[in-house]
Amino acid sequence: MTARGRPANPLLRSERRWAVFFLAPSLIGFLAFTALPVVASLGLSFVKWNLIHPLEFVGLGNYAKAFGDMMFWRVLKNTVVYTLGTVPSAMVLSLALALALNQKIRGVTLFRGLYYLPVVAPMVAVTMVWRWLYNVNFGVINYVLSLVNVPAVPWLTSTRWAMPSVIIMSVWKSLGSGMVIYLAGLQGIPQHLYDAAAVDGANAWQRFRHITLPMLATTTFFVMVTSIISSFQVFGQVFVLTRGGPANATATMVYYIYQNAFQSFRMGFASALSWLLFAVIFVFTLIQFGSQREQVYYE
Amino acid sequence: MSSHLGGEPVTGARFHRGRITLGGIARGLLYLVLISGALFALLPFAWMASTSLKSLPEVARWPIQWIPSDPQWQNYATVFDHVPFLRFYANTIFVTLLRTLGLLITSSMAGYAFARLRFPGRDVLFLIYLGTMMVPGQVTIIPRFITMRLLHWIDSYQALIVPGLFSAFGVFLMRQFFMGIPRSLDDAAVLDGATHLDIFWRVCLPLSVPALATAVIFAFVGSWNDFLWPLIIINSVEKLVLSVGLSHFQDLYYTEWALLMAASMMAMAPVLLVYVLAQRYFVQGIALTGIKG
Repeated sequence: MTARGRPANPLLRSERRWAVFFLAPSLIGFLAFTALPVVASLGLSFVKWNLIHPLEFVGLGNYAKAFGDMMFWRVLKNTVVYTLGTVPSAMVLSLALALALNQKIRGVTLFRGLYYLPVVAPMVAVTMVWRWLYNVNFGVINYVLSLVNVPAVPWLTSTRWAMPSVIIMSVWKSLGSGMVIYLAGLQGIPQHLYDAAAVDGANAWQRFRHITLPMLATTTFFVMVTSIISSFQVFGQVFVLTRGGPANATATMVYYIYQNAFQSFRMGFASALSWLLFAVIFVFTLIQFGSQREQVYYE
Repeated sequence: MSSHLGGEPVTGARFHRGRITLGGIARGLLYLVLISGALFALLPFAWMASTSLKSLPEVARWPIQWIPSDPQWQNYATVFDHVPFLRFYANTIFVTLLRTLGLLITSSMAGYAFARLRFPGRDVLFLIYLGTMMVPGQVTIIPRFITMRLLHWIDSYQALIVPGLFSAFGVFLMRQFFMGIPRSLDDAAVLDGATHLDIFWRVCLPLSVPALATAVIFAFVGSWNDFLWPLIIINSVEKLVLSVGLSHFQDLYYTEWALLMAASMMAMAPVLLVYVLAQRYFVQGIALTGIKG
């Protein structure tokens, strides 16, 4: 391992040959469908190309175009609104469910299985039923609201309610994944901490505030980072529920990338957009890493 | 006290404990949270099942009727008359099985190399694998699409299958699991003259059933539910998979709610079946990667 070239040790030499054998299938695919595309898409973001005419180098032109594009700022704002609407509420609710499921009560496995169901269900199928739940005239949601005398809400057809509709559905879809990770985190907290706190006379809230929450810090961080990353990439719900409408009220970054790349065939511009999306995700993740470090010193 | 908590489980719990203590009330509240959570999670599925069996006038009936008065089982058959649903099924199963199998092979082999073999650049390469998990799929989708065009694979099964045979996450999962298998087992096998292929196949893989099961479900669910990639890569109806086929079906029969729901039920069934069968492993596996991540 120390120096490059052929190692003198025949055992190490044979290990290298084995490594080639074991790695090759994965590495070939990884290079062809992940690593090279990442590099290629960076290159594409500097050109203008509609798949038919020859490539035209435009330097940072695509990025400049994005910054001057009203629609870009619109979809960026929509995506941030979606993330702020989805991630915190899903995190709080999934932590509450995990806390409840972490108790020694009957049917824990059943409940856990039920809560996770929306996560594995196909996005298109469940989005379709949500479109039906949101139906103005015959949907369950407006029916329940009518029971308490709330007039029918035009969920998917008004610019005011379309984004909240997408958010509610997404919280429902993602609750289970946060819950499972929180549950794993909760099970890693040593019981003796709670026993000691009980001896000191700490009540349930104090135990939660001073043991559970701090001990869950890394889990919370993991859930937050992964949920923010995936919520910045929202596409399926938007496509099936609203097609980005009405009046672009629910058009998100990935929906805009999809439109540019595969409907208008603006490959260069769409690549630049996807790198801007990556940059936004990256900055958000860095901010979280920074705030986590502060927290750790603070504890 | 118990009146506003209500519900079967609360009285059940009280029955066991004999009297209401503070713990009993907390327990009641707990069940209240759990049951309302379960209702929230399940309501859309119940609504889907209910609507799928309704007749046209009943779909639009107000107030809502949860149990269809005369279940229309033929709604399910009617779906097949409108779209080649059977074809979508066959395509999806074919693509999903191959992708799952391939992903299992590539991930476990690479996982073994990263966990057990010494070679130059190993740790750097592993970090690169991990790093790409952070890059959104949309960054790679455009060059992938262009690669498919260069290979003349647009609108082909290869395009649906081949890019899905590899997963950095799968490699990560398998590597983490193999690291946990004691090396003393390898050494014993080496004394018996085993090669790395033997150790991989006879020692590591049989001990990795939970990780393999997790990888299977992730791969299966991921492939079955995949939407954006088949949406852009497939044009002809006879090569469509369920997710995109369902979306096209919706575009054609926008307000045929009973049929849309019947189709959704059918598109969902296999994935739910796999989930129910391997659920135990799934939760374990997520904990495995979640904590280490």
